[in-house]
Amino acid sequence: MSIEVRNVTKRFGSFVAVNDVSLTVPGGELVALLGPSGSGKTSLLRIIAGLERADAGQVLFEGEDATRRDVRQRGVGFVFQHYALFRHMSVFENVAFGLRVRPRSTRPSEQEIRGKVTSLLQMVQLDWLADRLPSQLSGGQRQRVALARALAVEPRMLLLDEPFGSLDAKVRQELRRWLRRLHDEIRLTSVFVTHDQEEALEVADRVVVMNQGRVEQVGSPTEIFEQPATPFVIRFMGNVNVFHGRVQSGKAHLGPLALDYPEHPQAEEKKAEGFARPYDVDVERTDAGGHGFWATLRHATPAGAVVRLELEGADGAVLQVEIARERHALLAPKLGETLYLQPRAMRVFVDPT
Amino acid sequence: MAGTVTQPRRRSPAPRNLTEPLPVRVGLTLIALAFLVLFLLVPLAAVFSEALARGWQAYLDAVREPMALAALRLTLLTAGIAVPLNLVFGLAAAWCIAKFDFPGKSALTTLIDLPFAVSPVIAGMIFILLFGRNSPLGPWLAAHDLKIVFAVPGLVLATVFVTFPFVARELIPVMEAAGTEEEEAARVLGAGGWQTFFRVTLPSVKWGVLYGVILCNARAMGEFGAVSVVSGHIRGKTNTLPLHVEILYNEYQFQAAFAVASLLAFLALVTLAAKGLVEWRSSRAGAAADAAGPGEKAA
Repeated sequence: MSIEVRNVTKRFGSFVAVNDVSLTVPGGELVALLGPSGSGKTSLLRIIAGLERADAGQVLFEGEDATRRDVRQRGVGFVFQHYALFRHMSVFENVAFGLRVRPRSTRPSEQEIRGKVTSLLQMVQLDWLADRLPSQLSGGQRQRVALARALAVEPRMLLLDEPFGSLDAKVRQELRRWLRRLHDEIRLTSVFVTHDQEEALEVADRVVVMNQGRVEQVGSPTEIFEQPATPFVIRFMGNVNVFHGRVQSGKAHLGPLALDYPEHPQAEEKKAEGFARPYDVDVERTDAGGHGFWATLRHATPAGAVVRLELEGADGAVLQVEIARERHALLAPKLGETLYLQPRAMRVFVDPT
Repeated sequence: MAGTVTQPRRRSPAPRNLTEPLPVRVGLTLIALAFLVLFLLVPLAAVFSEALARGWQAYLDAVREPMALAALRLTLLTAGIAVPLNLVFGLAAAWCIAKFDFPGKSALTTLIDLPFAVSPVIAGMIFILLFGRNSPLGPWLAAHDLKIVFAVPGLVLATVFVTFPFVARELIPVMEAAGTEEEEAARVLGAGGWQTFFRVTLPSVKWGVLYGVILCNARAMGEFGAVSVVSGHIRGKTNTLPLHVEILYNEYQFQAAFAVASLLAFLALVTLAAKGLVEWRSSRAGAAADAAGPGEKAA
């Protein structure tokens, strides 16, 4: 089922958590809401679920207005960040809860409930723990129970709030892949909230990057990563070197760099920022092309296939560069040595003001 | 007055360098024990020994005397009405305060504590002023032949007032600690308000409820001040056990007074035993919940 959010705004006192956000989630997609804490991603998720009421705007399910629909009528499966399992009920009863509270006319028989819960627990590979209490499970197991419980009511969409947030790194990796596989099997429209860009890129079909209550960019993981729409997105998606400067008459002067910038042919001078990823910077002993700038090597840290270099520019700015291990071995730079840097790829954002 | 359900501490041997010297340990323990004996055990023993001073027969006579039995019945009746009323009220109030945000919430919380702050005697006076013969309601009540003051309804009202905060006070922190996520989960899964309350909220605080009820009951049975003011001391009709003890004592029937008092003490001991059992059970349940770690909130 498709989800559409139209011009939704939510305030908590004077704090604007969600600021005029519009968004479409096509049916069957797995979408990540990605952003730092306080960016409004969880509030948006809770508004979609009906746990929070928007101050303005609309939520539509399959084109139908659901803004005023009660949370019970929305047909959502919600997985809470801290699982929110019923602590006095066994795993089995937790999963069965949504079926047991149905009105008598639509409630399945005890036998049907038993069958359904058992098959769900088998799906999350926890049928052998059906009689345990949530307190007797590990974090990853609890997360899977929460998922089975949400799926038991056959929701039309699945919403997950920081689903892997409180798990340790290894379990998180496993569960991510598992969630991806599960989604590929059941193709349920799903939205999950995360602050971890790696997680969003790995799991989601589409990523919505949020910042300060607004959507910065919507796109496939590749688009988000390769064509970041705003300086915020480029910074949030990983380490990046920033060069401050200005653009004028088709030229950009960014820190120690001078380059052509035909996107701004006007004579009017504007502030601009250039961004270059650490792995998009070449390191040389000499400035062959004449476009490079020099910096002094401060640290070199091997990191698998690459070596991370930390250099200090003429203006004292710290620059991060990653070069292949072989390249590093060939170049063999010494600490304190002056090297020439040449960004291969650079994204320039002109300050609109 | 309102205790909280204690959580268990895992016992671990104290580090040696933190252990006090032997004389200090023995001294402190002895002082504590002496205090306990002097102020708790000796009075309790005195009650029972005085009660049995003239032998079992006299004790049984005093306890089986119709007035004493009437007082016992009345005490059980008042507690039997006041405790369920305050249970319902306490649950509702704690639910409101712990799970919802609304204007006037802190005022309501303070109001619940009012009976703790007001002297019970004044509480009794309030009801005389409200329902007595000279009150604005007095003539109307008299015309309809309704007796509140100096009758059983007055006793119940005064007891309800005095024991008002126990259940609510006990439940608010427990419910607040549980948070609202489980209720939200229940709602998303399709549960209605009552279903959420009876299937999710109530079971998660059941030990707190029991503990509050026990405290409430202990106070309801033992209350003297407020009840004394509204009772009118009509023997066999409006005397509860504590009031009956006082009357017997004032009439120099010491042995009978202590015999009836021993009934009250016995009820208190039963209550204490029940409380201990609940604490023990809830601490085991608490240990399980602790292991679950509901508090691992990370931003």
